[in-house]
Amino acid sequence: MFNNPDLLKFIFGRLTLDSLPLHEPIILGTFAVVAMGGVAVFGAITYFRLWSYLWREWFTTVDHKRIGIMYMILGIVMLLRGFADALMMRMQQAIAFNGSEGFLPAHHYDQVFTAHGVIMIFFVAMPLVTGLMNYVVPLQIGARDVSFPFLNNFSFWMTTAGAVLVMMSLFVGEFARTGWLAYPPLSNLGYSPDAGVDYYIWALQVAGVGTLLSGVNLICTIVKLRAPGMTMMRMPVFTWTALCTNVLIVASFPVLTAVLALLSLDRYVGTDFFTNDFGGNPMMYVNLIWIWGHPEVYILILPAFGIFSEVTSTFSGKRLFGYTSMVYATVVITILSYLVWLHHFFTMGSGASVNSFFGITTMIISIPTGAKMFNWLFTMYRGRIRFELPMMWTMAFMLTFVIGGMTGVLLAVPPADFVLHNSLFLVAHFHNVIIGGVVFGIFAGIAYWFPKAFGFRLDPFWGKLSFWFWVVGFYFAFMPLYVLGLMGVTRRLRVFDDPSLQIWFVIAAVGALMVFLGIVCFLVQIAVSVLRREQLRDVTGDPWNARTLEWATSSPPPDYNFAFTPVVHDSDAWWDMKHRGYSRPLTGFKPIHMPSNTGTGVILAGLSTAFAVGMIWYMWWLAGLSFIALIAVAIGHTFNYHRDFHIPADTVVREENARTRLLGAGAKP
Amino acid sequence: MSAETHSGHVAHDDHGMAHGEITLSGYLTGFFLSVVLTAVPFYLVMSGVLGDKQVTALVVMAFAAVQIVVHMIYFLHMNTTSEGGWTMMALIFTVVMVVIAMTGSLWVMHHLNINMMPTHEMGRMQ
Amino acid sequence: MSINVNPAQASTAQPIFYVLDEHDHAEGGSTMLGFWIYLMSDCLIFAILFATYGVLGSNYAAGPAPKDLFDLPLVAVNTSMLLLSSITYGFAMLSMERSRIAATQVWLAITGLFGLAFVGIELSEFRHMIHEGATPQRSAFLSSFFTLVGTHGLHVSFGLVWLTTLMVQVWRFGLIEANKRRLMCLSMFWHFLDVVWIGVFTFVYLLGMLR
Repeated sequence: MFNNPDLLKFIFGRLTLDSLPLHEPIILGTFAVVAMGGVAVFGAITYFRLWSYLWREWFTTVDHKRIGIMYMILGIVMLLRGFADALMMRMQQAIAFNGSEGFLPAHHYDQVFTAHGVIMIFFVAMPLVTGLMNYVVPLQIGARDVSFPFLNNFSFWMTTAGAVLVMMSLFVGEFARTGWLAYPPLSNLGYSPDAGVDYYIWALQVAGVGTLLSGVNLICTIVKLRAPGMTMMRMPVFTWTALCTNVLIVASFPVLTAVLALLSLDRYVGTDFFTNDFGGNPMMYVNLIWIWGHPEVYILILPAFGIFSEVTSTFSGKRLFGYTSMVYATVVITILSYLVWLHHFFTMGSGASVNSFFGITTMIISIPTGAKMFNWLFTMYRGRIRFELPMMWTMAFMLTFVIGGMTGVLLAVPPADFVLHNSLFLVAHFHNVIIGGVVFGIFAGIAYWFPKAFGFRLDPFWGKLSFWFWVVGFYFAFMPLYVLGLMGVTRRLRVFDDPSLQIWFVIAAVGALMVFLGIVCFLVQIAVSVLRREQLRDVTGDPWNARTLEWATSSPPPDYNFAFTPVVHDSDAWWDMKHRGYSRPLTGFKPIHMPSNTGTGVILAGLSTAFAVGMIWYMWWLAGLSFIALIAVAIGHTFNYHRDFHIPADTVVREENARTRLLGAGAKP
Repeated sequence: MSAETHSGHVAHDDHGMAHGEITLSGYLTGFFLSVVLTAVPFYLVMSGVLGDKQVTALVVMAFAAVQIVVHMIYFLHMNTTSEGGWTMMALIFTVVMVVIAMTGSLWVMHHLNINMMPTHEMGRMQ
Repeated sequence: MSINVNPAQASTAQPIFYVLDEHDHAEGGSTMLGFWIYLMSDCLIFAILFATYGVLGSNYAAGPAPKDLFDLPLVAVNTSMLLLSSITYGFAMLSMERSRIAATQVWLAITGLFGLAFVGIELSEFRHMIHEGATPQRSAFLSSFFTLVGTHGLHVSFGLVWLTTLMVQVWRFGLIEANKRRLMCLSMFWHFLDVVWIGVFTFVYLLGMLR
C-alpha cells in the first residue's frame, strides 16, 4: 500500500519524509536534546506514578491558582526556546563578517527570527502575564475563583496547544520565514508555499481562542466577583491594570483572528485580499494587523505597571501615591492605545496628514505613562524602602523603561521614523520597553508572589545574581543596537559587508550571553529555593508586610482562597485590616461551594491541535474528523449540568485549624 | 453598610433576565419599527425616488443607524441599568472601537491610494 | 442585598472584615455579562470584515460589480426571514418566562425554520453568483463580499446548531434555571446577528446598488 501515491497523499496530505529536517544537523541535535529531555521527564513521571496525580490535580483543574501556575510554567519553558533562538541570532550576526556566512543558512535564520518574535510575544509574555493575572486577581478581590472556571482551564490548554504547534514546526516541516507578523505578499502562497506560514496562522488562531476567552473570563471576574465593599476605586492597582488589559484583549484579539482568517482564505481558498493583483491590497493586512498589534503591547505592559505599583507601595511601606491618577492614566492608555497603530508603518506612504495625526497621538500616549512614573517616584519619596528583589526589579525598570520610552517618542516623529524604520534602532527600542518593562515586571511579580503561591520565598542570593546578569546583560545587548540602528543597519540581516560594524555585534552577543546567565541563575534560584524551602518558609501568609487582600490568606492559599469572604473598607484592604484590629475568625465555618474539575478542556484543546495539524498539512480527513469531534465534545459538555460540589465544613475546619497552628508556631520564636 | 456593600457582589438580584423587562408589546413595537425601517430604505433604493444617489445613501445609512438602536432597545433589551451598567459600558466602548477601526482603516487606506501612482499612468509608463 | 452581621461583632463598633453568614452565589451570575462581552468581541470581527469590504469592496478587477450581481428583492425576502425569526424568538422568550414548555419549543422550532430559510436563500444566492463566474477568487470585491456575508451566514448556521441543542435540552431537562439562561444567551446571539445583518444589507447590498 505504500506504493500508492494517491492513498499516501490522502492520508498524509503534503507531509512527506522530506518534511522532516533530517539533513539539518542543528535541528537534529536540538531534536535529540529535546527528545532525551522529553523521555527523561516522561520516564520520571511514569516511574514516580505521577500521571494520575497530574491528571486529577493539575491538567483537569479549574482552580485559578493552579491554572495560573501552569501558565507560568508554560511561559518559562517557552522562554528557554525563544531565548535559544535569540542566542543563535546574536552568534550568527557576531560572526557573519568578512565573507563568513555564519553558521545559519538563510532559510533557517529566517525561521529563527520569526519564531523568536512569535514565541516571545505569544508564548512567553502572554502566558506569563495571563498566569500572574489568573493567580493574583481573584485573591486580590477576595473571590473564590474566576467567573468561568471551566473556560479558564480550556483557555490554558488552547494556549498550550498553540505552543505545541510552534514547537512541532521545529521538527516537522518548518516555521514561517516571514518575520513575526507575516506580512503579505511574502506570506501569501506564491512566496511561502510551504507549511511554515500555516503553522504560524494556526498556532496563533488556536492560542488566540484561549487568550480571548480568558480575557472575557477575567473581565467578568473583576466586574462581578469583587468582595463586598470593594468599589471600583478601591480595587488594587494590579486588578485595575488587569481589567484594562483584558478589555484590550477582548477588543483587539478579534482583529487578529479576523485578519489571520483573511490571510488563510488567501492561502487556502485563493481569495484576493492581500494579493498584488485582482484588486487585493497587502497594505490592508499591515493596517489591520497593527490595529491588533499596538494594543497588544499595552496588553503586555499594563499588568507590569500594576505589578510595579503593588511592589513600590509595599516595599516603600506607603500607600501608593496618586491612586486615582494611576487609575485614570491606565484607562486613558487603554483607549489611546487604539489610536496610534499607524506609527508602525509611517513609511507606507499614506501622506503627511495621516502620519502627523498618528505621530501626535503617539506622543500623547507617553503622557499618562510619564504620570505613572512620577507616581512611583513619589511613592518611594520619604518611604522606608526595603531593597528586596521585587523592588530591585522595579528600580531597574524605572531606569530602563524611561530610556525605552524616550526612544519611542523619538520614533514617533514621522520624519525620524523614515530614517529609522525597520532599523536595529527600532529593534533596540522595542526590546528596551518589552524587556525593561514587561520582563522586569514579570520577574518582579514572580519574586513578589512566589511565596504566596508556594509558601516559601525565593532565594535572594541567586535572585540578585540573576537580576544583575539580566540588567547588565540587557544594556550590553541592546545599547549597541541603538548605535547600529543610527548607523543605518536594518533588522533581520544575516551577513554583513562592513567590518567596522562587527565590534558592536560582538558586544551585543556578550550581552546576550550575560542574559543567558541571568536565565540560568533564575532556574538555579528556583531549584535552590525548593531545596532550602524550610529556611525560606513563610508561615504568616504575609511575608512582605504587604497591603492587598491576597496576603490575608495563608501561603499557599487553600482551594477556596478565603474561608469567609472579606469585607473591604479601603483600597489597601489588608493593610487596613491589620491596622484596625482584625482578628481571624476561628469558628463558624460552613461548607463552601466550588466548581469541580473536568477533562473537557484538555480534550477540546487536543482536538483543536489535531484540527490545526490537519489544516497545516492538508490532511483534510483529519481536519474534518477533529472538527466534528470538537463540536460533538463541546455539545456533549453542555449536557453535564452538575459542575460543582461543596467542600465540607469539616475540611474547611481542618485547613483553617492547620493554619492557626502554623501562625502560632510562627509567632513563638 | 448596605450602601457600601452594594457595589461588590451583585449576583443575587439579577439572575432571571439580565437585560431588563421583556414584554409582548415591546417585541411587537420593535418588530413593527424594524419592518418600517427596513422597508423604507429598500423602497428608496429600488425605486430611486430621491434621485440623487448621495442623498439616498445618507438617508439609507441614517435608517440603518436608527434600526440598530431599535434592535438594541426592543430585542436586545439594552438599558443603562442592567448588570450595573456594565453591558451599556461594554457596548459604548465597542462602538467606539468599531468606529475607530472602520473609519481609521478607510481613512488610512484612502490616503494611501491617493498617494499611490494611478494605475493608468503606470500602464502608460510601461 | 444585605449582609448578615454577627451581632457580637457589630456591638463592639469593630469594623466588619468578613461576611460570616454567606449564601451560595446564584450560579451563572456572570454568564449574561460574559456572553455579552463575547458578543462585543464578535462585533469587532465583523467590524474588521466591514472595514475590509469598505476598503477593497470597489476593486472589481474588471470583474462583475454589485449592480451585475445583487438581486434586491431576494435580499428583501431574506431580510424578512431574519426579522421574522427575531420576533418568533421573542415569542419563545415570552413563553419561557411563563414556563410554557410546549409553546417555547414550538416558537423555537419556528425560529429555526426561518433561520434555515435564511441560510438556504443565502446559499442559493451564492451558488447563483458562483455559477455566473463571480467566485470569491475573482476580485477583491468578491473576496470581501463572500467573506463578510458568509461569516454572517456561518454565525446563523452555528446558531441553528445551538438552537437544536437547546431544544433537546429543554425537552430532556425542562425549563430549568440553567436552560433559561442558555436560551437567553442564544436570544442575545440571535438578535445580535440581526443587528449585524442590518449593517450587511445596508452597506453591502443597498449602498452597493447605489454605486
